[in-house]
Amino acid sequence: MSAFNAIGDEREIDRDEFTPGVEPQPTWCPGCGDFGVLKALKQALPEAGKTPEEVLTVTGIGCSGKLNSYLDTYGFHTIHGRSLPVARAAKLANPELEVIAAGGDGDGYGIGGNHWIHTARENHDMTYIVFNNEIFGLTKGQTSPTSPKGHKSKTQPSGSAKTPLRPLSMSLNAGASYVARTAAVNPNQAKEIIKEAIEHDGFAHIDFLTQCPTWNKDARQYVPYVDVQESDDYDFDVHDRKEGAEMMRETEDVLNEGTVLTGRYFVDDDRPSYQQEKKAVGEMPEEPLAERYFDDDAEWERSYDLLERHT
Amino acid sequence: MSDDELIWRIAGGSGDGIDSTSQNFAKALMRSGLNVFTHRHYPSRIRGGHTYVEIRAAENEVQSRGDGYNFLLALGDSFARNPQEEAYYGNEEIKPLSENLDELRDGGIIVYDEGLVDEDEVADLDLEKRAEENDWHVFPVDLRGLAKEHGREVMRNTAGVGVTAALLDMDLEHIEDLMADAMGGDVLEANLDILHEAYETTSEEYDFEHDLRAPVGDHDTEQALLSGSNAIAYGAIDAGCRFIAGYPMTPWTDVFTILSQNFPDMGGVSEQVEDEIAAAALAVGASHAGVKAMSGSSGGGFALMSEPLGLAEMTETPLVLVESMRAGPSTGMPTKPEQADLEFVLYTSQGDSQRVVFAPGNIEEAYEQTRLAFEIAWDYQIPAIIIYDQKLSGENANVDVEFFDREPKPDLGATLTEEELKEAAHDNSGKFQRFQHEGENGVSPRSLPGQKGGRFLATGNEHSPVGHIEEDPDNRVNQMDRRLEKLEAIRTELDDEYESTQTYFGDDDADYGIVTWGSSQGAVEEAVARLNEQGHSVKGLSVSDMLPFPKTEVTEFLESVDEAMVVEMNATAQFRGHIQRELGRFGEKLTSLLKYNGNPFEPAEVVEGYEVNIADEEREPTAQVRIEPAAGD
Repeated sequence: MSAFNAIGDEREIDRDEFTPGVEPQPTWCPGCGDFGVLKALKQALPEAGKTPEEVLTVTGIGCSGKLNSYLDTYGFHTIHGRSLPVARAAKLANPELEVIAAGGDGDGYGIGGNHWIHTARENHDMTYIVFNNEIFGLTKGQTSPTSPKGHKSKTQPSGSAKTPLRPLSMSLNAGASYVARTAAVNPNQAKEIIKEAIEHDGFAHIDFLTQCPTWNKDARQYVPYVDVQESDDYDFDVHDRKEGAEMMRETEDVLNEGTVLTGRYFVDDDRPSYQQEKKAVGEMPEEPLAERYFDDDAEWERSYDLLERHT
Repeated sequence: MSDDELIWRIAGGSGDGIDSTSQNFAKALMRSGLNVFTHRHYPSRIRGGHTYVEIRAAENEVQSRGDGYNFLLALGDSFARNPQEEAYYGNEEIKPLSENLDELRDGGIIVYDEGLVDEDEVADLDLEKRAEENDWHVFPVDLRGLAKEHGREVMRNTAGVGVTAALLDMDLEHIEDLMADAMGGDVLEANLDILHEAYETTSEEYDFEHDLRAPVGDHDTEQALLSGSNAIAYGAIDAGCRFIAGYPMTPWTDVFTILSQNFPDMGGVSEQVEDEIAAAALAVGASHAGVKAMSGSSGGGFALMSEPLGLAEMTETPLVLVESMRAGPSTGMPTKPEQADLEFVLYTSQGDSQRVVFAPGNIEEAYEQTRLAFEIAWDYQIPAIIIYDQKLSGENANVDVEFFDREPKPDLGATLTEEELKEAAHDNSGKFQRFQHEGENGVSPRSLPGQKGGRFLATGNEHSPVGHIEEDPDNRVNQMDRRLEKLEAIRTELDDEYESTQTYFGDDDADYGIVTWGSSQGAVEEAVARLNEQGHSVKGLSVSDMLPFPKTEVTEFLESVDEAMVVEMNATAQFRGHIQRELGRFGEKLTSLLKYNGNPFEPAEVVEGYEVNIADEEREPTAQVRIEPAAGD
């Protein structure tokens, strides 16, 4: 008998299973885009055939970090910026878990920027959703790495002198094999993209635009949005790195001008995930490492076997 | 101190093969039946720069590097020389002969490579006169020429070993065997030729007027030569650790490397990651998902780990971290030992954070306490830290092979199976009460992601029994009290169920005490023996449990002596402060002997510290040590 019977459990899954029974109601403000992520996940997970107990959601700090308080899966609410290293190790320890990391733009693109680059570079098999509202919300409205240039806040009262970060282009250049942008205001697309990301073998980065009605009143509410896959104005091949990069660039340029383009920008189905690469070079076991501790027949090598070289 | 000991120092340039040569020679001495102990001194650079390794070998037990040495093999520094033009390059000229004479004992032997050590250097040294004064026996041999003749210049180390064997009247058998293990074909042939020629030429050309001969020993059982880093890595393997994440930093890199090299064969996973915050966070993630995991670093890298350390504590995720100290602050002296990160390791991380800290004092303890750290961490769901230093990390000594002959212990501790989860407490919505207040010994058993019926949230925020963020005052107090209860319970268990991890030496009823911790143990143990031989009444205590502190044991020891000296490698008497803080007394009884020049204690320095400090001799210590008087003085 497996030690992790929730994994691979095939049954009809009601999305309400992902809603905590007697848990606290979300503390997000009315109109917050974060509700959109929660809703999209609750829809996408059952459609992807995932049960709550085989999913591990790992979050950082901020409004976004509370996601797994309101989404009833196994969860790990970590510290500011550190969701990715925790998440990717959990996936290495038990590759059969469905690991979803989430954080905010301050959390993931600021303090956790280093981890983001390296997780993308290594192409860890996981989904990474960044709640991008261009502001620090929970600390009450400071400028974030994606805030537009000139953005005024309590910490940059004269307007930010910094050019905003380009998350899509960054992720592509770092090595992510799936890069998309969606928005809370576009629930159907959000659900589909999350489902694709879950099913994708490799690092799937979703820049999820979540409006902040409280601290970012000046921010565009991401409407109207354009779905680049649906629109006749845009024609590019998401499997082509160069065309994807062009499209990302344009998307990131026009966002600063108030035009919201969403959709898939780059999908590389051929690149093996880090887990596959690591197995291929013999640095990771075929069977989930975590299972071994419950296997009574497992042969545990011991240091005594290594002593010969020291005698 | 036994007169019948060899302390052989091989000196040269970093990158000249000093380390591998000395490893092999130490092993040959061990195989001949002797107890061996090695001490490595090296600069923070890859090639060039003065480096030496000492091997102490005796029939009796050897616990430290000893005092000084009695055989110098000075190879010269090939990297200070441009091989084509015979000219020096770089801005540093290293003199392995002249820089190593200060600690050479009377009657000692000097062999230097005439082919590489400059004539001018020898002339400047006034070597003949000094040799006469100190009864040194000097043997200039063209090791480089000899090596070139039969093979390649780098093989001059082999020539040096051959000369050593001849001068000490050693059998070449073990050295030949080790060479055959390490190499083959033409390379082996060339090295054997060089070894034999060096041996025979020396035997024929020189009259041996020196008294030093290789000591004779005989082990009853098979021995293994390993380092403290080997012992920590092997302790982790036997504890069931199969996940390590790290970022390279001297001296922690040794443990990281050993496990990275062994894990692929045993189904383990090693990850070299972007920084130390990530490294410790990965270990937390792997542990959360159900694998025994560790990470570690040295002081500067460990600084970055204080965040994930606190996260592991708050989420009650089992975790083992190792902290290999080097001299600080900041990047300090990368290749030099110090015991100055103690307070940092005890207190780093915000809040009323709790962790278990072990400080092994020798290679056997490093193995035992690593096993113990894993056991405690997983049984109590608390971070356990092994703090040691560059000295213990790099020193090699022989250990009875049988010592390691025990079963692996991959037990995940307070972790439930799915069967057990069915019986466990759940809340109204069916969620597992992972952090229930009624934990035994402060521990509430956990589930793992992917298990049926064990769903919960782990969070670094204060949380309710099912893991949700919760700031209710009653819940806060309950959760905090439960977490704090763990250390008390661990102390009780360590006292009741384990043999003391503290090490005692000397007579129980001695009047004076010397207290130490970590890798200074060996030098203190030898010093205590010597002081007693000289007629003093001294006993020693080496403390390994830093947290939870063995209050009863240390109190009993300190109550039983008139006065005590705390010996440690730092400038601010950190361990002495820790004792006084934990026990709330003994300020008037404790003096300190401190050393922080980058070199570990030698036993004679501890003896001298005692003489000046406790025996009240009216003099300043001659060694580079500092005495910190008791609070009452």
